[in-house]
Amino acid sequence: MDNRHYIRYVSFFILCIAANYGLHAQDKVAYPATSPKDTAAARMLQGVTIFSNRTNPLSPVQTLSGIALEKMNSLSVADALRFFSGVQLKDYGGLGGLKTLNVRSMGTNHTAVFYDGIQLGNAQNGTVDLGRFSLDNIEQIDLYNAQKGTLLQPARGFASASAIYLQSRKPVFHGNEKTHGKVSFKTGSFGLVNPAVRMEQRLSDRLSAVVSSEWLHGNGRYKFRYTNGTYDTTAVRQNAAIDAARVEAGLFGQGKDSSTWQAKAYYYNSTRGLPGAIVSNKFLNGQHQWDRNFFVQSSYNKPFGKRYTLLLNAKFTYDYVRYLDTAIVTVDGPLMNRYQQKEYYISAANQYKITSFWDVALSADFQVNNMTAVNLDRFAIPTRYSTLVAAATQLHLGPVALQGNLLTTIINETTKAYTAGRDFNAITPTILASWQPFQGEDLKIRAFYKNIFRMPTFNDMYYSTVGNPALKPEYTKQYNIGTGYTRNSDGFLQYFSLQADAYYSHVKDKIVASPGRNFQWMMQNIGSVDIYGIDASIQLSPVLLNAVKTDFSVKYTYQKALDVSNPAEVNYKDQIAYIPVHSGSFIAHASWHKWDVNYSFIYVGERYFLNTNIPLYYMEPWYTSDVSVSTSFLFSHKLVKLTGELNNVFNQYYDVVINYPMPGRYYRLTASINF
Amino acid sequence: MRFASFHIPRRYLLLMVLFTGLAACRKGAGITPGDDTNVGADSLRNGFYLLNEGNMGMNLATLDYYNSGTGIYSSNIYGTINPGATKELGDVGNDMQIYGGKLYAVIAMSDKVEVMDVHTAKRLGQINVPSCRYITFYKGKAYVSSYATVAGGTPGVSGYVAEVDTATLQVIRTVNVGRQPEEMAITGDKMYVANSGGYSQGHFERTVSVINMNTFTETKRIDVALNLHHVKADKYGDVYVTSRGDYYEVHSKLYVIDTQKDIVKDSLPTAVSDIWISGDSAYIYGVEWSYVTNKNTVSYGIVDIKNERLLGDMFITDGTDKQITTPSGVAVDPTTKEIYVTDAKDNLLPGTLYCFSPAGKKKWSVTAGNIPGHFAFVRH
Repeated sequence: MDNRHYIRYVSFFILCIAANYGLHAQDKVAYPATSPKDTAAARMLQGVTIFSNRTNPLSPVQTLSGIALEKMNSLSVADALRFFSGVQLKDYGGLGGLKTLNVRSMGTNHTAVFYDGIQLGNAQNGTVDLGRFSLDNIEQIDLYNAQKGTLLQPARGFASASAIYLQSRKPVFHGNEKTHGKVSFKTGSFGLVNPAVRMEQRLSDRLSAVVSSEWLHGNGRYKFRYTNGTYDTTAVRQNAAIDAARVEAGLFGQGKDSSTWQAKAYYYNSTRGLPGAIVSNKFLNGQHQWDRNFFVQSSYNKPFGKRYTLLLNAKFTYDYVRYLDTAIVTVDGPLMNRYQQKEYYISAANQYKITSFWDVALSADFQVNNMTAVNLDRFAIPTRYSTLVAAATQLHLGPVALQGNLLTTIINETTKAYTAGRDFNAITPTILASWQPFQGEDLKIRAFYKNIFRMPTFNDMYYSTVGNPALKPEYTKQYNIGTGYTRNSDGFLQYFSLQADAYYSHVKDKIVASPGRNFQWMMQNIGSVDIYGIDASIQLSPVLLNAVKTDFSVKYTYQKALDVSNPAEVNYKDQIAYIPVHSGSFIAHASWHKWDVNYSFIYVGERYFLNTNIPLYYMEPWYTSDVSVSTSFLFSHKLVKLTGELNNVFNQYYDVVINYPMPGRYYRLTASINF
Repeated sequence: MRFASFHIPRRYLLLMVLFTGLAACRKGAGITPGDDTNVGADSLRNGFYLLNEGNMGMNLATLDYYNSGTGIYSSNIYGTINPGATKELGDVGNDMQIYGGKLYAVIAMSDKVEVMDVHTAKRLGQINVPSCRYITFYKGKAYVSSYATVAGGTPGVSGYVAEVDTATLQVIRTVNVGRQPEEMAITGDKMYVANSGGYSQGHFERTVSVINMNTFTETKRIDVALNLHHVKADKYGDVYVTSRGDYYEVHSKLYVIDTQKDIVKDSLPTAVSDIWISGDSAYIYGVEWSYVTNKNTVSYGIVDIKNERLLGDMFITDGTDKQITTPSGVAVDPTTKEIYVTDAKDNLLPGTLYCFSPAGKKKWSVTAGNIPGHFAFVRH
C-alpha cells in the first residue's frame, strides 16, 4: 500500500464522519411539553393509539410524530428513521458513531435534511449525521421521496432527490399558562448519563419562547463478538467515549396582520473518541474528534390578502472540527487537522393563487459556503456561491392534482489557491401527479418524475491529494408510481393505512472514491447505478380488546440496485455495496390505562460490502428486537413518566458497516417530569 | 390440549411464521472458502504464494496459492487452513517473503508479521511490529521496517527497523532510521533503507539510511530524491531505489546507488511503482498519479542492470496491457522466466493475475483477491 494512503485514508475517512451538524443523541421523552397540567395530564393516563389521521399527499411521505415518535425505542432521529421503508441507515455503531441515511439506494448525498424548514447544509462532505439529532426536542419527522409536495417553500426544497424534515417542538399554552417545562434524565448501557431541561415561556399573547438543552455523556463501551465457528472472540469497544452538550433557543411570534415568524439559535459542542475498524490483531484506535456547530436562523411567513403569500428565510452557520490521530506523527507532531466552515443563506418564496384550482410559486435562494483547513497541504480554500430559482405550479382539477416545477441552479466557485471547480448551471424538472378515483374515500394513485443532481462536495473536489476539481455533478432520475389508502372508522379497525410505491431510478456520473494502492485515491465520475424498488407499508389500529389500544405497522422494502458502470467488468449488474434486496420492519404497540408496551423489529437482508457479489464480500442478514415498557402517573399534580427499554433483546452481534461492530443487548431507563 | 384452545388469531400466527422464516435467513458464522481454478500444471514452473493487500479498514488481506504440480490456483486459502486465527489474515498486506522454511506476510494495519509454514501455510505465530511495512533477512534474523515513531521507548519522529529472532519471533533490538521507512535491501554487510516521510506531504524524506549490520547502527544517509519506496540489490554491487515523487511537479524516478562509494551514480527517468530483478533484467511498471492533470499514467519497462539502461518500454507484447487498468504487482519465475502481473482494477473489484510467457504473450489469467500485489515463489 502506498504510504500516502495511511494519512489520507484516515483523515479523509474521518472527514466523512466529521463536520456534521448535530444535536446529540438522546432518548425519546415523555409526553409533549405541550401537555397541560392536571386534567389534560390525567387524560393522558389513558391508553392511546399512536397513528394519526393524515391525508395522502402528492409525493410519497412517511411520518413519525407525537406519540408514535415517543413510543419507539429510539435514541436519535437516526434510530427512528430505521423503521421507514425504502431507506438504509449506515451506522458505525455506538453513542458517537456516524449515522447517515441512504434513501432508495441513491446515496446519502442525495437526501437533504431540513430543520424547521431550512436545510442543514454541509458543503464539506454533503452529509448530516442523524445520530446527533436527539429526539428530545423533535416533534415530527417526515421523509419525502422527490420533495415535499407543497409550492410555498425555499428553492432548496426542490433541489434534492429526497428530503427529511425535522420539526422541533413548538410551545403551546392552554388557558392562563405562562410557564411550563420538562426535566428528564436517561441512563443505561454505554455509561450513558443524559439529563435534559426544557423551558417554555409565554411572553405575550403573540410571542413565546423556548429553551431546550441537554448534556450527553457516555464511555461508549459495549461488548462485541466476532466468530467464524472456530475462533470466537468477544471484546469491549474502546475509545468510543462521548461528551456532548446542546443548547437551543427559539422565539415564536404572531403578527397582528396574520403573519408568523420564528427565530432560533443553536449550539452544539462535542468531543468523542473514534473507535475505528476492528481488524485482525488491532482492536484499538487512537483517533479523536472535537466538533462545534452553531447556527442562527429565522423564518417569516405572511399572507397578503387571499391570493398571495410570502415566505422569507435566512440562516448563518459556523462549523468547526478538530481531528487528532496520535498514531500518525508528522514533522509537526501527532496529526492534527482543523476544519472550519461558514454558510450564509437567504431565501424568498412567493405563492400566488390565480384561481381556486390554480396556484403558481416562485422561490429564489442565495447561499455562500466557504471552508478553511489547518495542517492540510495544498488545500484550495474554496468558496461556493449557489443561486437557486424554482418556478412551480399546481393544478387541482377535481380528483386530479398536478404539480410541476423547474429548478435553475447556478454554481460559481472560487478558490484562494490552486484550481477551482468549473462554474456550473442546470435546469432540472420535477412533475408530481395524483388521482383520487372515489370521492369520499382517501385512496390516491400517485406518480412522479424527478431529475436532480448533487454537487461534488468540497472534500470530493479539494481535499488535498484526494480531491478532483474537474468533477461533474452526480445526477439522479427517478420514476415512481404508487398508491395510498387511509381509512378511519369507529369500528374494529380504527385506523388503516396502506402505502405502496414502485420505482425505477438511475444514478449517473456517480462520484466514486477509490482508496488503495497505486491508484492514488482518485475521485471520478465513473459509476452508474440502476435501481428497481418497491416500498410498501401497512399501519393499522384494530380494537382487539376494548380497554387496550393496539397499533401495528409492517413495512417492507425491495431494492435491486445494480452497478451498471462497466459492461465489461465482472461485477456488471451486481448489487451495489450495503444495499439488501429485502428489508423491513414491524412494530406492535399496546396501551392500557397508564401502561404502554412497545415491540419493534427490524430486518436487513444479506448484503455485500463492496460492489461485487462474491462470498469474500458477503455480509449476513441481521435482525433485532427491541421492547419497551412505560408508565405515567401524577405526582403532586405533575405528570411523571418512567420508561424502561431493552434493545437487541436476543443479543445478536452484527455489523452494519464492515468491521464496525454494533452493540449486543443493551438497556436504557428514562424518567421525566412535566411541569 | 387442542391447539385452537390457545386462541391465537390467525394473523398472529402468520406473523410468527414470518419471523421464524426471517430468522432462518442468517446462515450463522462460517469460514469463507476460496475458489480453485485449474490454470494448468507445468513441471518446470515454480509454485508461488500471492498476497492480496485488501482495502484499508476492510480486514481484507488474503493469501492465494498456485500449485505447479496440480495446476490449481487456489484463492483465499488462509481462512480455511487457519480457522482459529481471529479475524483471519488482517488489514492491508504490504510485503511477503520466504526464509528458512517460513512464509512471512507483513500485515501493515494489523501491526503484525504473520509467520506461516511455507509448505502448508499453517500459522506458526506472529511478530508484533506496529505499522510494519517491509521485511528482509540477514544471517538468520528478520528485519522489519516500521512507520511507528516510538521504538523501545525512544520518542521522536523517526521510524525504525526492528531486528527479529526468527526462532522466537521476538524483537531483539531496533535501530532508528528516517521518517516512514519502506523497503530494505542488504548487500555485503550493509542494509539500505528507503525513507519516505509519507506522513508529512510537504516534507517528504529524500534519503536512504545505511545500516552497518555488524554494529546494527545507522552510519550514513545518502541523499537520493523525494519520497523513496523500493530498494533492491543487484549482483553487481548496486542498489536500485525508487522515488515516488510528490505527485505534482516532481516525477517518479529510478536511482542507482554504488554501494562501494555509497553515492548515487545514476538515475533513469522512468516512473516505478514496483520492481522485480531476474537475472540481468529488472522488470518495472509505473502507475504515476498527477494532481496537476488528475490522471494516472501507466508504464512498463525492463532495465538492463548490468549496463544500467532502459531496454524498451514493454514486456507485455501481445496488447494485453490494454486490459490492465492498474498494475499492482510484478514477478518473474526464477526458472521459466514467465512473467506475472497483477491488476488491482479500481481497488474495489477483485483483482486479476496474468501469466505471460518470457516473450510477453499471455498464457492465462485468473481472478485473485482485492488488490493483488506481492509474490513469493516456492522453489523446488
